[in-house]
Amino acid sequence: MSGGTFVGMPAFPEAAHEAVSNKTLRANLRHATHTIRGKRAKAVAEMSDWAQLREAGKRIKDHTLRHLDRYLVQLEESVTAAGGVVHWAADADEANQIVIDLVRMTGESEVVKVKSMATQEIGLNEALEAEGIAAYETDLAELIVQLGKDRPSHILVPAIHRNRGEIRDIFTREMSEWGRPAPEGLTDTPAELAEAARLHLREKFLRAKVGVSGANFMVAETGTLVVVESEGNGRMCLTLPETLISVVGIEKIVPTWQDLEVFLQTLPRSSTAERMNPYTSTWTGTTDGDGPQTFHLVLIDNGRTDTLADEVGRQALRCIRCSACLNVCPVYERAGGHAYGSVYPGPIGAILSPQLRGTASEIDASLPYASSLCGACYEVCPVAIDIPEVLVHLRERVVQGGPATREGNKVVLKPAKGHAAERAAMRAARWAFGHPGALRTGQRLASRTRRFHPRTLPGPGRAWSGTRDLPAVPAEPFRDWWQRTHGGKDTTK
Amino acid sequence: MNSRDLILGRVRRALADVPRDDTPYDQAVDRDYLREHGNLGVEETVELLAENLADYRAIVHRCTDAELPAQLAGMLAAHGSTSVVVPPGLPPAWLSAADITRVEDRAESTVYDLDEVDSVVTACALAIAETGTIVLDGGPDQGRRRITLVPDHHICVVRVPDQVVSSVPQAFELLDPARVLTWISGPSATSDIELDRVEGVHGPRTLEVVLVSGDGRA
Ligand code: SF4
Repeated sequence: MSGGTFVGMPAFPEAAHEAVSNKTLRANLRHATHTIRGKRAKAVAEMSDWAQLREAGKRIKDHTLRHLDRYLVQLEESVTAAGGVVHWAADADEANQIVIDLVRMTGESEVVKVKSMATQEIGLNEALEAEGIAAYETDLAELIVQLGKDRPSHILVPAIHRNRGEIRDIFTREMSEWGRPAPEGLTDTPAELAEAARLHLREKFLRAKVGVSGANFMVAETGTLVVVESEGNGRMCLTLPETLISVVGIEKIVPTWQDLEVFLQTLPRSSTAERMNPYTSTWTGTTDGDGPQTFHLVLIDNGRTDTLADEVGRQALRCIRCSACLNVCPVYERAGGHAYGSVYPGPIGAILSPQLRGTASEIDASLPYASSLCGACYEVCPVAIDIPEVLVHLRERVVQGGPATREGNKVVLKPAKGHAAERAAMRAARWAFGHPGALRTGQRLASRTRRFHPRTLPGPGRAWSGTRDLPAVPAEPFRDWWQRTHGGKDTTK
Repeated sequence: MNSRDLILGRVRRALADVPRDDTPYDQAVDRDYLREHGNLGVEETVELLAENLADYRAIVHRCTDAELPAQLAGMLAAHGSTSVVVPPGLPPAWLSAADITRVEDRAESTVYDLDEVDSVVTACALAIAETGTIVLDGGPDQGRRRITLVPDHHICVVRVPDQVVSSVPQAFELLDPARVLTWISGPSATSDIELDRVEGVHGPRTLEVVLVSGDGRA
């Protein structure tokens, strides 16, 4: 799979170990995750019906997934009726080829891109480049990452691992290679850096004939696509070019227009901790005289149907990519996004990547161990994905093998053997349990997920945990008991 | 087999374990969340809109219908603007007091033309109080999406209380998905550099919202 795996990436424990010893990275991450975490809690507390919204979001997505074939066909019909063209791609290579052909048909050799996890997942930029097509990332953080010849380390703030001095240096050194150079005497104040990016990118927006985007949601009933963003680079890419190509995973469907009322309340608050993100764009096919007059939607599978085939793991497809789970994860906070070796870092990455890609590689086999099972990720998730449950399930899969689906075919996986998996599991487990506080963070949920806490670690970890006590999880934490016995309203499902 | 059939076939096989469920969709999901938060009166809702707009760093002004032309003229002058984009259906009276070059957004005008313009004045489809959001739907008094994107200064006029709803669910009831919609909550912003908020990377760096109330003469 092109671009999906970070080539040469060490498995999680090694990569995490390296990241943990990088002081700057840790300080940046800690600052960032704690800041967003605190703000998010406040933004969520404003909504007295948060539990109901969360449950509705979960139900909408589950319903969609259980009728996904029907909704995909309906979406295709409504997008086509609105003037768009729908393409289907079974894997990354096919998706990339479709986009390459579409760009070629326009006669252009450059495209502007709005940040999209799906296109990162399939390695679209690299595939375009190999065909002589320049793909410009236009999100400020993505620009920093692209100019720095780097990888994103967070879903929402991809350049979170870079500080302002580093960004100034990257801009000064690299901008002239790609277009308008950085202004003389650029300082490291965020306002000046943002201004440099504005000027550099505006030149590209104004001349761009082709835009490439992802989408946060697609509405089956109406054929509407939705992009949620802050900077306006999304609006630029969606509005100014003549041709728009949107590359979207098949799980991003919601059935009806009304469903968006749920997610446009839960997504911004979970994500950037804002009541609403600065810009949301919705479009339905093409509109005469306003925006691109040619619209292509590329629907990608790339492991999603295999994920759907897993009864426990399919809930990962509910994910709306808010990144809240990253910001509360004690493992992510210390290890950083790069350690996960995929475009999906943090707790969601730990369950999504091994399902999308299978657990054949060492990094994918180690990902289900990249967690302390503290449950904090489940607690914040706006669509209530039980990440700890899926993690335990995937650990079993890695250790014991068993039935799975790969590229639509039922297969029986062999237990991961050899030292690699064992070492991965051992080191990850020791590391997570060895960090005091890691388990405490989500203790409330920890006891809810108690049945997933092994007395001893499964498989390769057993020998190790056999001689050590894993921290015990109380049957009912104090706060739960207090709420239960003092009439506190329990809002957690 | 083409990829469409391949993917749909995989989906169906993947769901083989799922029991058939023909519950109509409107019964499949409980919508017991709130249609609005709190029980605000009309004036309080407008007040909340103003507060939330300001909280996300839009500059908020209030005036009456009769005062609007002078208000807009004053704002454009204060911003130092010498030119303004005008959507085709903007009420002519709104800019009647402004001594400024008017640029109409024509089909043939290019984005480079737009890039030269200082400001844009539009109406809106509606505004959402709880989130401090204005929504544009491309109506004649709002124009194409690009005119509120390329110029660096956007002035948006909201009729209060007629165009104000409380909440996101109420907004979805009124908006038409067939139109292109732009939801705007404050000016363009980024927190990509060490989480420091900076206004304006690509969209307008200054968003001014005028809440206009009828003065009985309009
Ligand atoms: S798993 Fe949940 S919390 Fe994590 S990114 Fe997805 S929706 Fe957000």
